Amino acid sequence: MNKVFERLYNGIIKENPTFVLLLGMCPTLAVTTSAVNGLGMGLSAAAVLIMSNFIISLLRKIIPRGVRMPAYIVIVASLVTVLQLLLQAYVRPIYSALGIYIPLIVVNCIILGRAEAYAGKNPVLLSVFDGIGMGLGFTMALTIIGSIREIIGNGSIFGFAIMPSWYEPVAIIVLAPGAFFVLAMLVALRNKLVSKEKRQSGGCMGQCIGCDLCEKNPEGKGAKEDEKT
Amino acid sequence: MNTPDIRFNISSSPHFRGKLTTRGIMLDVLIALVPVCAAGIFAFGISALIVILICTLSCVAFEFLYEKLMRLPVTVGDLSAAVTGVILAINLPSTVPLWIPVVGSAFAIIITKMLFGGLGHNFMNPALSARVFLLISFAGIMTAYPTTVRLITTFKQVVSEATPLAAIGNGEEINWLTTLTEMHTGCIGEASVIAILIGAAYLLIRRTIAARIPFTYIISTAVFVILILVIKGDTQLINVNYIVAQICGGGLLLGAFFMATDYVTNPSTPLGQFIFAVLLGLITAIIRLISSSAEGVSYAIIIGNMLSPLIDRLLTPSYFGKRSKPIVNEG
Repeated sequence: MNKVFERLYNGIIKENPTFVLLLGMCPTLAVTTSAVNGLGMGLSAAAVLIMSNFIISLLRKIIPRGVRMPAYIVIVASLVTVLQLLLQAYVRPIYSALGIYIPLIVVNCIILGRAEAYAGKNPVLLSVFDGIGMGLGFTMALTIIGSIREIIGNGSIFGFAIMPSWYEPVAIIVLAPGAFFVLAMLVALRNKLVSKEKRQSGGCMGQCIGCDLCEKNPEGKGAKEDEKT
Repeated sequence: MNTPDIRFNISSSPHFRGKLTTRGIMLDVLIALVPVCAAGIFAFGISALIVILICTLSCVAFEFLYEKLMRLPVTVGDLSAAVTGVILAINLPSTVPLWIPVVGSAFAIIITKMLFGGLGHNFMNPALSARVFLLISFAGIMTAYPTTVRLITTFKQVVSEATPLAAIGNGEEINWLTTLTEMHTGCIGEASVIAILIGAAYLLIRRTIAARIPFTYIISTAVFVILILVIKGDTQLINVNYIVAQICGGGLLLGAFFMATDYVTNPSTPLGQFIFAVLLGLITAIIRLISSSAEGVSYAIIIGNMLSPLIDRLLTPSYFGKRSKPIVNEG
């Protein structure tokens, strides 16, 4: 049971796909113009991710290693087609707001990344919870970005006007540059909080991603020096 | 025993130091901006002065607060924040509500300058990036130029609906002498061509700026404007009135002398600066004549700013004795 919670914690906080791994940037930057769009995109990707982790984990002993990528893509693409038809049938506004970004979930790094890094090697239950954790992490991140952009750029959240009438919306925040501003600020804030935590706990927290203090992280300092020599 | 009182200072090179300081350069720029600001205040009244003061004070205050909060050494004394503030102010119309200068200053100082590492590390001109930020966010407010302007010859308030640049865009004709000598509406700094030229002359005489970038920029804009008109087949537009309004009727002079010459954000080699200035002229002419926007100087300069590291990389000077082909190490 502990491992299940560890997967959820890992996906939502420790290795949050958006703020820590910086994966799936295309939907993150493009569709988060409002809180609803962020939530819709997050939940759609999460649904596909959970199902794909489930199926890939089930089939992990059947899929030959040499053709695993095409196999994963076929699975993910089928799921996305199902999702797209469902959205088109039942939540038309979200379907039209997300547009091309729904079919693009097929090539979302988070989904293929989790299939490759986790679901392809781990048992079914844990893979499903890995999908839930990552999916919720992605949904949470997109909703936060969407909310901030909607509040600043439009004076509302989930469509409800919350800013006082004298507030002049900052239009640039809902345009493309605003996505970069908000994402960068949130990643910086997250890193600031983590580094504060690190100082208080006296060094390593075992969070290797996003930290290059030791050679444990393959992308950290130690590893780079190894490559040079 | 008498030892001669000779002291040897032991230090590493450089042994000769110039007297040039950041503070001195920035002070020169501020002095050069005085006539521009004065003309703006004369033309648009006390509201222009208020905008200039708020911009300058809030730029300095944001830099001070940021450095205090981040526990960095306070560099407000080098006056660069004050220069950013004044340049931002002369790029705003005097009619803006007073929170606009504050928001713009915050963007210029905190986001464009301090987050990238402070003076010398900003990748584009802070004041112009703030102007573009405001222009995209609050297009209506930022283009609501004052409708009246005080003339220098008669000291009377007259109606002035559009900048000369916008007027020629609508097919009107404005006498070139009027454009040059008289006050006209626009941003605070665009009121008087003569005031800009006085400030520019001061900077050129003091050698704070070199003539290369501004003059190349102005000439290349004129050349590209004519070229585009010829290509579009609008040759009947090409006359003195039109070209003077293109050069002096908008933000081109202000941009060329005070913003494109920003040391941090233009290429460091002479050839690179020449290419940079020609590029600015090309982008300005394209935006003015082909896009829907009447003015393109701010966009041109910040696009040029972003391209200048690439221009520098293209033109890295080679040291003496460098071979044209890299030596392959066969060890």
